Amino acid sequence: MEALWLSMKLAGCVAAILLVIGMPVAYWLAYSSWRGKFLLESVVALPLVLPPTVLGFYALVAMGPRGPLGKLWIALFGHGLAFTFGGLILASVLYSFPFAVQPLIASFEGVDRRLLDASAVLGAGSLRTFWRVILPLSLPGVVTAAVLSFAHTLGEFGVVLMVGGNLAGVTRTVSIDIYDHVQSLEYGEANRMALVLLVISFAVLSFVYAVNRRVWTPWPAK
Amino acid sequence: MDSVASEVNSKMLSARIRKQRRSAGASSFILDVSVEVSPGITILFGASGAGKSTLLDCLAGLAQPDEGRIVTGNDVLFDSAAGIHVPAPKRRIAYVFQTLALFPHLSAEENVAYGLRNLPEAERRSRVDAILKAFRVEKLRRQKPGEISGGERQRIALARSLVTEPRVLLLDEPLTGLDAELKAAIVDDLRAWNAAKEIPILYVTHSRDEVDALGERVIALDNGRVVSSGVPMEVLNAPRRKKLAQAAGFENFLSATVLDLREADGVMRVRLGESACEIEVPLGYAVAGSRVQVAVRAGDVLLATEHPHGLSARNVLEGRIVSLEQRGTMAIARVDCGVTFVVHITPGAVRALELTAGRPVWLLLKTHSCHLVD
Repeated sequence: MEALWLSMKLAGCVAAILLVIGMPVAYWLAYSSWRGKFLLESVVALPLVLPPTVLGFYALVAMGPRGPLGKLWIALFGHGLAFTFGGLILASVLYSFPFAVQPLIASFEGVDRRLLDASAVLGAGSLRTFWRVILPLSLPGVVTAAVLSFAHTLGEFGVVLMVGGNLAGVTRTVSIDIYDHVQSLEYGEANRMALVLLVISFAVLSFVYAVNRRVWTPWPAK
Repeated sequence: MDSVASEVNSKMLSARIRKQRRSAGASSFILDVSVEVSPGITILFGASGAGKSTLLDCLAGLAQPDEGRIVTGNDVLFDSAAGIHVPAPKRRIAYVFQTLALFPHLSAEENVAYGLRNLPEAERRSRVDAILKAFRVEKLRRQKPGEISGGERQRIALARSLVTEPRVLLLDEPLTGLDAELKAAIVDDLRAWNAAKEIPILYVTHSRDEVDALGERVIALDNGRVVSSGVPMEVLNAPRRKKLAQAAGFENFLSATVLDLREADGVMRVRLGESACEIEVPLGYAVAGSRVQVAVRAGDVLLATEHPHGLSARNVLEGRIVSLEQRGTMAIARVDCGVTFVVHITPGAVRALELTAGRPVWLLLKTHSCHLVD
């Protein structure tokens, strides 16, 4: 159960961080008219097509004591980043980035441009327009982004294994734990954990689809 | 007198704008206009694609002209030479869009208060109350835009723009889709509001009825240029461009050849199409033998069942009714005189004259009902 709690904590942190940094990135990708925008779009989508081990490998190298990130971290905090919970969060944020950013882009782009114009001629700058118009009208997208990045982080394996290793209570997440149990032929235990993950994932996805189909909403009806 | 003149001047919107719109297709559109809008309602009239919305977007600061200068009163909002471009939120130019663009997640009241965030709470509330009352929508204050009717939405959109006390109001076909009575009621409320504020209002429409109902002044736009401006009667009753004439409700366009000019009478004789019909039209810039276009309103053509005499109308054409159809409270006759004319008559006249397809008739055209267009 320690592994499950760790996974939840990791997924929660990652989802929260991704919402905060995903919004400005998605805003820029949705509204910028810069011609080279496609380059950043490709970078954002990369984790979708790369094997987690590739991403994990580069993250590990960067975080290692001789990597740029590792050096910086040691200088700041006196200890390395690899095989720590912090390192795990960082790698997971990278890995789940598209799952947060893409729903946000889609919902920002779905907001009628004339509403933004209306906000501007009524005296609102872009920040106020974002808070008062774009964000409230993109709530389903925000919920989708948060839930998908949570669920995706919950289920990741390759990146965690590369960057975090397998330290009980620090980096041993549910997926690693299941792998461990299978390796030691404890199928009963593995099944119990796998089932928990399956149920949680199903519940989370049902929530996302229900919100997007407006079966019900987590905020007061419009 | 001087103070009155400067008062008007201090509110006037004047703009010179040149903007090229690059579209995906090969044809690029150039808006190149110079307009002056004084306090009161000025109609911006033109067929769709004439550049009306582009002009409004430039004035509001939502689009940037390639070149030009926009001034309200003594404030420069845009000047390409001086590198000035005041962003839309700082222009204090209100803009009611064709789609209205009410915020769907906010109540009517919150929509109206949207532009007032810098005011203290008490004043904000009293301004919102006053404008909701002025536009007769105070009962809907807690409703969302999705829950109220079209005409009420239009009132709320107007209220939302006007409550900010803008120095210019831009209206992009704000009343389309409303019946005439409702339209007139809303226009009355708008006029009543502007009687006190006296700001320039630029009102875009391509509906002839709205021009007649509202018009103090008209600016006619065609293909990115101002083709004429002045009082509605002059601009729209004698359109000089075919597209504008079509929009202004001219049904008959006939190409004609100039036969001779009678400068002393201010008229010239032309032959219509390849037919033998000769009619007299107002003198235009033409020489004998040149081709001109003549526009005639279907409602300006008189129809007789006998050869008329003793009339001032100079043009009498003999023909035959080709078809007759009734549309609403109006009958539309097509008459072949060698060229085909569309004629509007009342159903009562159809009965009284016993008009049917195939019947020989005479058409009467006043010289000054025949307009030359480019």
